[in-house]
Amino acid sequence: MKNIYLLSAIFFTLLLGSCSSDDDNPELINEEELITTLTVTLVPEGGGTSITLSTQDLDGDGPDEPVIYVSSNLSTGVTYNGSISLLNETESPAEDITEEVEEEADEHQFFYTLGSGLDVTINATNFDSDGNALGTEFSLVANDVSSGSLTFTLRHEPNKPTDNLATAGGETDIEASFTISVE
Amino acid sequence: MRIYFVMILLISSFPLLSQDCDYTLRGILTDFHDGTVLEGATIIVAGSERSFVTDSEGKFIIHDLCNETYSIQVSHPFCLTKGFRVSVEGDTFKKFKLEHHLEELNEITINGKVVSNQSKTLIENIINKGELERYSNGSLGDVLSSLSGVSSLNTGNTVIKPVINGLHSSRIVIINNGVRMEDQEWGAEHAPNVDVNSISKLTLIKGAGALQYSGDAIGGVIIAEASKVPFKDSIYGKTQLGVGSNGRGMFFNSELIKSYDTGWYTALQGSIKQFGDFETADYNLSNTGIYERNALLKFGLNTYDIGFEALYSFFKNEIGILKASHVGSAQDLFRAIESDRSLVINEFTYDIGAPKQDVTHHLARFKAYKRLGGFGKLKFQYDYQKNNRLEFDIRRGADRGKASLDLELDTHTLMLDLDAKTSNQSNLKVGFMGGYQKNFARNTGVRRLIPDYDKYDLGAYVIGDYQANEEWLFEIGARFDFTKMDVFKFYRTSFWESRNYNQQFSELVVEDFGSQILTNSKLDFNNGSGTFGIVNSFDEKHKLYFNYSLTSRIPNPSELFSEGLHHSASRIELGDLSFNSEVGHKFSLTLERKEYKFSYSVNPFINNISDFIVIEPVSTTNTIRGTFQVWEYRQTNAQLFGVDLNATYAFNELMQFNHQLSIVKGQDKTQNESLINMPPVNTTNEIVYYNNRFNNLRLALQSEYVFRQNEFPNTNFEVYIPNTETYVEVDVSTPPSAYHLLNFNSSIDFDSSERFILTLGFQVTNLLNISYRNYLNRMRLFADDLGRNFLLNIKLKY
Repeated sequence: MKNIYLLSAIFFTLLLGSCSSDDDNPELINEEELITTLTVTLVPEGGGTSITLSTQDLDGDGPDEPVIYVSSNLSTGVTYNGSISLLNETESPAEDITEEVEEEADEHQFFYTLGSGLDVTINATNFDSDGNALGTEFSLVANDVSSGSLTFTLRHEPNKPTDNLATAGGETDIEASFTISVE
Repeated sequence: MRIYFVMILLISSFPLLSQDCDYTLRGILTDFHDGTVLEGATIIVAGSERSFVTDSEGKFIIHDLCNETYSIQVSHPFCLTKGFRVSVEGDTFKKFKLEHHLEELNEITINGKVVSNQSKTLIENIINKGELERYSNGSLGDVLSSLSGVSSLNTGNTVIKPVINGLHSSRIVIINNGVRMEDQEWGAEHAPNVDVNSISKLTLIKGAGALQYSGDAIGGVIIAEASKVPFKDSIYGKTQLGVGSNGRGMFFNSELIKSYDTGWYTALQGSIKQFGDFETADYNLSNTGIYERNALLKFGLNTYDIGFEALYSFFKNEIGILKASHVGSAQDLFRAIESDRSLVINEFTYDIGAPKQDVTHHLARFKAYKRLGGFGKLKFQYDYQKNNRLEFDIRRGADRGKASLDLELDTHTLMLDLDAKTSNQSNLKVGFMGGYQKNFARNTGVRRLIPDYDKYDLGAYVIGDYQANEEWLFEIGARFDFTKMDVFKFYRTSFWESRNYNQQFSELVVEDFGSQILTNSKLDFNNGSGTFGIVNSFDEKHKLYFNYSLTSRIPNPSELFSEGLHHSASRIELGDLSFNSEVGHKFSLTLERKEYKFSYSVNPFINNISDFIVIEPVSTTNTIRGTFQVWEYRQTNAQLFGVDLNATYAFNELMQFNHQLSIVKGQDKTQNESLINMPPVNTTNEIVYYNNRFNNLRLALQSEYVFRQNEFPNTNFEVYIPNTETYVEVDVSTPPSAYHLLNFNSSIDFDSSERFILTLGFQVTNLLNISYRNYLNRMRLFADDLGRNFLLNIKLKY
């Protein structure tokens, strides 16, 4: 019977010993690859006020919906030089993701999807090292008076070269829709 | 093994009368104590020098006997040799029982003790060594799904989780070499970290049959045991090599055991397995390779009074996850589902890229026993497990090639058990268990999937059984567990507030970081569990088992703390901090007939589970990445019921027919809808030709029919596709059609010399190269299941 006492004594000593844990708090992790903000800047050729389209979703996959902002309408007949900027604003200072995408241009591509009502022409103006579209820069021509949706989709590892989103494959990193008008 | 046992013939002669001598004696050999069949026993007919060996089902056949009384001698490595007198009258069937006296001494290695700590009133399904070896190239889940009532929840074809009577993951307990596996088993895409080649016997109990280890096995318990080491001077082992056409891979396994008649022994085993991309009937499944490495070392001492064993095992598995399943938003998911073939099909490769899993599991165990006079036996066990799980997603920039998930789980467990034989008819077992577990998530630049926590467990159990007479056996057991969790978790502030946790759990906040909040929850659970059962052996051939088990399971970390995007499912999953324990009441009844010609078991069951935790879709949410479906865990009352059927019929000594049927239905009683991921009805029928007079030639043709699951919750949802300016339905719930697979399996032995037995095996799975999808394969939305596979393997026993 002595053995039982001895073993139970060892047993509980070890158990209690293992109960003391250090109380260091775990470190905060900010999502490194998260894209919180997409900003499209449209600069009219020949001068004038730039137009800004943006969507910001600071909690990523969290319950808050993205906040969408369109600064003003487009003007007919004007050609705009567009550029897309991507930020991770959960980091401080905000991290510029556009650079990363441009560095890996051969694995990324922006696609532009026009809603049926909208009469604009849009084409990528920057390319990867193989000469295939990257699309973080583009030109947009506002044709007739119209309105509708304009969607920017960033695909990771699409089947390049392609200009057809439906068959491009890859994984969607961003899909941002804006309702815009040409007047 | 038989070659190591020198037979001492008891010679007693009988005068031969002139009569017909073409009768057959068929027999089945079982263990006197627990009724398990004894494989590899040698039967010698006195006076004739004819010897026979029992097969994996404990059966043997002796031909050309006359109508008279014979003396036969039965010997088995772990039993005392025994003589029997058998009167043959025409074709005769007889049962033989041997007593495990040597095994008593051998207890510590035999884990036969584990067996006796299992429930005696729940029917067990056992897979023996011979059958396990046919799955050497596969996984634990592959082997188990060959049993009725067991299906598998797959992620591709290399992550295979057993599903017992409709339940899986945290609801199943796996005991590996006497140690309860702690390997992040809550995850539906986390396969058990057990090497099939390191075990020689697998026992399935469809209920809470092992109160010694746990009281939370709502689904069932799987017990994997290592080889038995005989109590004698010997050195033996085996080496296996196999190649497979699908995946163009190979496996290699080797083991060596040295034993002494002083009781000392040591064993060493290692295996390696590598396969490249697998393929369906008509295309390549890109990035589905596997690279697995295992090793096991143990040594110990057995004597009647005392003994110990030290064991260390290492398991490392790198598994590619189908590339096409790595999708972004619901729009991507829609494209993948609509396509009739996988969206990413590349050239065959052995390389495993992202997405992939890389899991390492270390297990160290020390156990010892001491016999306390005539009173009983005291056992002590300490085990330590270290599990490191790395999951890699397709990442960008500086994070490329870096794991997205890096979890380290350390578990220490101490057990103290006392087995007492209180009388000739009754046994009593009591024990205590204490455990400490620490989960630590390394910073990977991705928010933690599950938080850092410390967990403390204290448990105590008592189990008693009483053999009233030949016919009746009663068993009763109870267990109590106290669990304390100390959790540090970062919540997104937006989630914390949307859930109203800021009102409900404001006292948990440790620090507010603006967009995230650090919380410290301390959760206590007090859980009771128990079992009650009766066995009635109402005649020589038939037994009736009844068992009721009460089980309580604490919510797992993902049910409590999930909060974010689950990449491989392309959905947002949300846990609930306020969950309490799930409580299951399972009633199971089994009618069993064991006989040479016709055996069967019919096992209906019903499992009522209160506070059952289910996950279901509640809404969709828009993010900058697109739309995602939001799934939330919820507690409800569930009922699962069904029946498992097994039958075998021997046409003659060469041909046998095996049948299995499993039916399970699951209902959410609160919402009155079907439970998700319930295995569809399935039936397996097999014809086996086995000739022990011709090199143990075995040929088996198996038909596996899986019906379509018609009962499922509709979790489809709509999503907007900008390209076509339409809303479309994303069909994530409709189960695939029924399918029928044919498999072929064959093996033959060559006794090349006294010292070696060479076995050649050839198998074909999905013989007709059918294209099919399996409801319980998480990859079914993205690609077909496996096409035809030819497997060739060579085994050398020495």
